[in-house]
Amino acid sequence: MKRLALLLLFSACLAVNALAASPEEIIQKSQTAFFYPGKDFKARVMMKLISPGGQERVREMTMLRLNTGAAGGEQKYFMYFFQPAEVKDMTFMVFKYPEKDDDRWLFVPAINMVRRIAMQDKQASFVGSDFTYEDVSGRDLADDAHELVREETLNGKACFVIKSTPKADSASHGHKLSWVDKATWLPMKEEYYDRTGRTVRLFTADEVQMVKGFPTITRRTMKNLQSGHRTEVSYASQDYNIGLDPGLFSERFLRQPPKKWID
Amino acid sequence: MPTSRTWFAALLAISLLLSAENSKAELSLHGFIQGNYGLNTASANPEGKDSKLAEERAQLKLEADQGPWRLFVKTDLAWDHLDDQEKLELREGTLDYAAASWDLKLGRQMLTWGLGDLVFINDVFPKDYEAFFAGRPLEYLKKGVDGVKIGLYPGFASFEVVAIPQFTANHFPEARRFWLYDPLPGVTNRQTVTPDSSLDHTEVAVRAYRDLAGFDLSLYGYRGFYRQPAMQLDNPAAPTQLTLWYPRLAVYGASLQGSALDGVVSLEGGYYDSRDDQGGSNPLIPNSQARFLLGYQRQFWEDFTVGLQYYGERMLDYGTYTATLPPGLPVEKRLHDLVSVRLTQLLRHQTVKLSLFAFRGLSSGDYLVNPEIKYNLSDQVWVALGANIFGGGEPWSQFGQLDRNDSIYLQTRYEF
Repeated sequence: MKRLALLLLFSACLAVNALAASPEEIIQKSQTAFFYPGKDFKARVMMKLISPGGQERVREMTMLRLNTGAAGGEQKYFMYFFQPAEVKDMTFMVFKYPEKDDDRWLFVPAINMVRRIAMQDKQASFVGSDFTYEDVSGRDLADDAHELVREETLNGKACFVIKSTPKADSASHGHKLSWVDKATWLPMKEEYYDRTGRTVRLFTADEVQMVKGFPTITRRTMKNLQSGHRTEVSYASQDYNIGLDPGLFSERFLRQPPKKWID
Repeated sequence: MPTSRTWFAALLAISLLLSAENSKAELSLHGFIQGNYGLNTASANPEGKDSKLAEERAQLKLEADQGPWRLFVKTDLAWDHLDDQEKLELREGTLDYAAASWDLKLGRQMLTWGLGDLVFINDVFPKDYEAFFAGRPLEYLKKGVDGVKIGLYPGFASFEVVAIPQFTANHFPEARRFWLYDPLPGVTNRQTVTPDSSLDHTEVAVRAYRDLAGFDLSLYGYRGFYRQPAMQLDNPAAPTQLTLWYPRLAVYGASLQGSALDGVVSLEGGYYDSRDDQGGSNPLIPNSQARFLLGYQRQFWEDFTVGLQYYGERMLDYGTYTATLPPGLPVEKRLHDLVSVRLTQLLRHQTVKLSLFAFRGLSSGDYLVNPEIKYNLSDQVWVALGANIFGGGEPWSQFGQLDRNDSIYLQTRYEF
């Protein structure tokens, strides 16, 4: 009886929580679940760039992420490329700051050079794919006005549908609709619109796995609806809380990344 | 002097031993096959041919890992159609050891220091300018050094210490293939003297670096030789013999790079101490110099980046230089400065790269323009078409003397 009461109370709280959550809170929880789970994260990423004609290009990399601040705060990213052969052994490091431009460094193995790169545009394509840098590492919550449009079931999952509209008049893109799973807070689908209201890109979460208690999107697709080009991303392996050393995110290891972290 | 072949054989033997000794060693083999051709657009070469380069090249990169040890061999075999010969070149060949707070790299290695884009202050390591001017891929501008590098990482800063017992000169365009300014065309009796290997001649380069309020700060020091030869004449009044040699040099410098002004700002400076001519009284040896660089890089829109540079070299004993310069030789200005611009636009999911690089000499009025288009047909195959156009200035200025060497080039590569 006691247990039942507790359970009832618990589910009531959940429901109240969900009901009471503001659109900002929903997006904040979604970003936390999507970009910030764990203290750190490692994934072997396979990225397929598929042209409308079916030609495939492959980008294979190990991605390491370390949270250095709270959820929504600063992070460090480290990427090591296996494929294609032209960029093998190339590494890329990003210090992400929510309030200002990120710091980015690139290591070019052919001439053993580490160089900072200017990349102010977070809407720019990530390694030529249909994903932008923002899609990979998250967008500042405060850059958009968020609005709960409706609640609906998508592929059997109860979702909030949130409309996020850029606050800046200068934004080059329009609004975004996100289907946020009420159970995991992960985005199951996103529609990106341009400023004239056309859908330009479509994101779908194609597979979700529980990894060390964190629901994780292990297969996803971003399709450019204008060009027909799409990018499919799958994780060959993934893990959380592996004890990443902050010292890894340095010029020394950009030049010579330790095998145990990148394999 | 160890040749590429002996280096290659030694490293191959070590790698085979490593891999045979312990089957846990991880081996990987990559590389490419490349075609690289040029076509002169201004005039034939001095030796008569119409091309600065025509070759096929295969590169193999062999890597073996075993715990903290790593062996890396990068070697090229080229078929040069202009000279009609095969060339085997060890590009890199190193044995690495990595401990927790230090590491070591032994052998032929590429080193790139400093912040300049095709201008070098604290990057005191050898370059191959002929490769760049003839239209080879950019990585061939760099030459490896034969030496040892120790990295130290005590936490408050990082250090790289490089010792180079074997001197390597820069490779400048050769008079067979390039029209160049020659101040003494009448003197045909010439010889080149390179510093021999000895403890005294061992070059030492040091770099210390750390973060400073979000900026990357580096301090540099170098003690060795100029990699561009100086002239020595048997009789300055009526020379019959010319000796090319490499005067002693020390460089002390610093660089700072970070995000600012909506882009990346780079600052670099260096004091070039001409150790064989500290008073500046020998006009045939470079004057001591202050060199400085200001760079700015910014992305203006998606996949379009602009890089701007201002670079200067200021002679520090100019009065003595002009007072002692023999008549008939061109007089250099006290300040040699130039600006550069690099525009890069990526298209079609970053498979097409349009780039334009240009130098403009402010003090000399000469220029270099290098437009290029590169297309990645697939993940394995790319092709690039570009041009090098030189001119302006005086017949002896840096790019002005290359005026008759304009060419277009084609690079194509299959990578695996």
